[in-house]
Amino acid sequence: MRFLDQNLEFTRLPGALESFHANADETQLSAFAAAVKQTGGRFVALWGSDERKRNSNAGGYAVHVAFGIAEGLALVTLPMHAENPEYPDLSEIFPAANRLQRTCFDLLGIRARGGDQRPWLRHANWPADYFPLRRDVDGARQFEAHNEDYAFVRVEGDGVHEIPVGPIHAGIIEPGHFRFSIVGEKVLRLEQRLGWTHKGIEKRFEQLPLAEAHKLAGRVSGDSTVAFAWAYCLAAESLAACTPPPRALWLRALLLERERVANHLGDLGALGNDAALSFGLAQFLRLKEDWLRLSGELFGHRFMMDAIVPGGVARDLPGGASEKIARQCNAIEREVRILKNIYDEHAGLQDRFLTTGRLNPALASALSISGLAGRASSQAWDLRTQFPITPYDQLDVRIATHRNGDVAARVTLRFEEVFESLRLTRIILTQLLENKSTEYFAPLPAAPDGAFGLGWIEGWRGDVLVALEAGPAGSIRRCHCHDSSTRTWPALEHAVMGNIVPDFPLINKSFNLSYSGQDL
Amino acid sequence: MIGDRMDILAPILLQFLELLMALALAPLLTGWVNQCRAWLQNRSAPPLLQPYRQLAKLFEKEVVLAHNASSLFRAAPYVIFACMALAAAIVPTLSTDLPFGPAADAIALVGIFALARVFIALAGMDVGTSFGSLGARREMLIGFLAEPALLMVFFTASLISQSTSLSTIVSTLARGEFTIYPSLAFAGIAFSMVSLAENARVPVDNPTTHLELTMIHEAMILEYSGRHLALIEWAAALKLYAYSCLGLALFFPWGIPQAAEFANLPVALAGLLFKLGIGGFLLAVIETVSAKMRIFRAPEFLGTAFMLAVLAMLVHLLLETGK
Repeated sequence: MRFLDQNLEFTRLPGALESFHANADETQLSAFAAAVKQTGGRFVALWGSDERKRNSNAGGYAVHVAFGIAEGLALVTLPMHAENPEYPDLSEIFPAANRLQRTCFDLLGIRARGGDQRPWLRHANWPADYFPLRRDVDGARQFEAHNEDYAFVRVEGDGVHEIPVGPIHAGIIEPGHFRFSIVGEKVLRLEQRLGWTHKGIEKRFEQLPLAEAHKLAGRVSGDSTVAFAWAYCLAAESLAACTPPPRALWLRALLLERERVANHLGDLGALGNDAALSFGLAQFLRLKEDWLRLSGELFGHRFMMDAIVPGGVARDLPGGASEKIARQCNAIEREVRILKNIYDEHAGLQDRFLTTGRLNPALASALSISGLAGRASSQAWDLRTQFPITPYDQLDVRIATHRNGDVAARVTLRFEEVFESLRLTRIILTQLLENKSTEYFAPLPAAPDGAFGLGWIEGWRGDVLVALEAGPAGSIRRCHCHDSSTRTWPALEHAVMGNIVPDFPLINKSFNLSYSGQDL
Repeated sequence: MIGDRMDILAPILLQFLELLMALALAPLLTGWVNQCRAWLQNRSAPPLLQPYRQLAKLFEKEVVLAHNASSLFRAAPYVIFACMALAAAIVPTLSTDLPFGPAADAIALVGIFALARVFIALAGMDVGTSFGSLGARREMLIGFLAEPALLMVFFTASLISQSTSLSTIVSTLARGEFTIYPSLAFAGIAFSMVSLAENARVPVDNPTTHLELTMIHEAMILEYSGRHLALIEWAAALKLYAYSCLGLALFFPWGIPQAAEFANLPVALAGLLFKLGIGGFLLAVIETVSAKMRIFRAPEFLGTAFMLAVLAMLVHLLLETGK
């Protein structure tokens, strides 16, 4: 089938997700990207793979680009020769491709023709001619770390100076380096330097059996463990032609909504605290703690790690769980409504939130922003309603959007999503009660070598994508995980511009992006 | 003879007692405020004596100095501590008859606070980290707005008592019949606002934050460790204590004995502790219900304080001197 009047033949990938795949040449890829841009579609992810040694005659590399279009997820693969692998620069069309293209080069040595060529992940921690994700590299070699002289963009002018912040911070947060160019208190430019939590996760996947790597996927970014695990399992089930029992899918949705509520509660408290209203932090942390404790009691882990497994879920709800969850939903909803009132009526807090860190809708669209940050800037993307997989096709999720794109919008959106998730949880509970089947797991059949599957799940922060290719005898040839933070980080650079330095922590927290999820 | 000697000795002894009490009580006040704030936020509170433990811990720790730290950086904690100790000593708490009193009047007190501020700002910039300069810059912004307002408050009180000596002001205000000065109500609000800003409390600064980019006071002392940090923390507690006692002495002076007599001591001490307890609780309430304002709102906030202080003086000149 063809999309957007482009000369590109897609095939539907197996599985629940509306996903399509096509092989393209350079001009077809560029033309398709431009067409996606023109029709209001978006860029989702870009990653590379080493295709050498696959068979004797054809060998080389490939770059894969995923686009979100009206029909679903369209994946375009561009094969490249082993010598001098290059592909057309996409960052002109989609600026969000910039860091991903640089990552591709650092890991695989495949280069975008043009655009920003600075290293992104490497940080001088391994030699420039060493590419750790290539198949002939086992990743065991150790290198001495060096201090990198990174070419930050300099802002010149009278009274302009730089403040370097991080990667080590005063609080217990993930590492990231922020280079502010400021005049007085006003931020003229922010440049991020991330990649400090690069752990070689993609290489590690290649050493794990396909049926067990969901655990690693669930650890890509701990606060989104359910979303990543589900995305991985969706990809694995797609390529192995496995359909989990309905009860398992309802339970997965329950887990995903619980994860969303837990993170939103924590963020709402932290946002109050960053404006020195520590009262808010204390209240929301108390609610979050209750929530996590119940998760721990019901699913064996406070953050529900390893609760989702390929083929279903690890365990069913224990007896009496539905009543406990329902009771807690009611209690939390009552308290959150009161707290929302306090936040809304607090003049000092609203003064800090309103108009701070604005990301206007046009920019959000240009930067391919999705998820929570996107919805606060009029980007009405939510996989739960756009491409719903079971059980979301029966849930009628009401997505909330705002157009102000400021901290206040992201705060309000979190409140609305908490209430919506609580509503969904109640519906899921009734469905689980009506569904008398006790089956919650179907064993995953063996996957054929080279089978390919995609998993795309709306986590609490935004969409999470897992692309999985099976290797021989139940192994993994390539697995790429993508967190929406990767695309949202550059938006933060824009949102801070023109704000004052002390408002940065608040703006940063209102996005609350994952470092680990994008450094891999 | 012995009685005469006591007359001379008692004020001196009381003066030292007052200084020692300030040094000993200041961390307790900080602990009390922290405790109240925790209660108001439904958190379990840290022990009342936690600030002492922190000071003891810091005094035991080794000092880590930046390679390029100058002697100013090392001297600053002692200067700041001495300034705050002197300030706490000349505010009448147990008696208005203080030998140190003539050493510094209300205007000199503002100068002592300013001296400490200059040193902490210089020390903040000394090592050359960006956070230090950032904090120093903001501190000077707050300082130059807060000091005029504080001076105006003192002028109002001085006009009432016809003296800039703190002892005279307090004994005039505390004396005899109960008089209502409307001007002091305005001055009191102005003083409270200035105190919040000067002591780096919410809504101007946040003493508990870990966000370097938002800090004012904390940003300047990020490079300090060990006994230096202990002295600065102690000095901050002393400053809060001095400001609290100053506020109590100016606006709630009842119960401060005028003659330096040991017989008055228990009553005076009980009164002081009671008033400080209430004051600390009110500070915790303010800090719990407010969010921190944007830094560029601070000029508005302190401008309001200045205006109220001017208003207090005008009210005094128009209404209270009409004889």
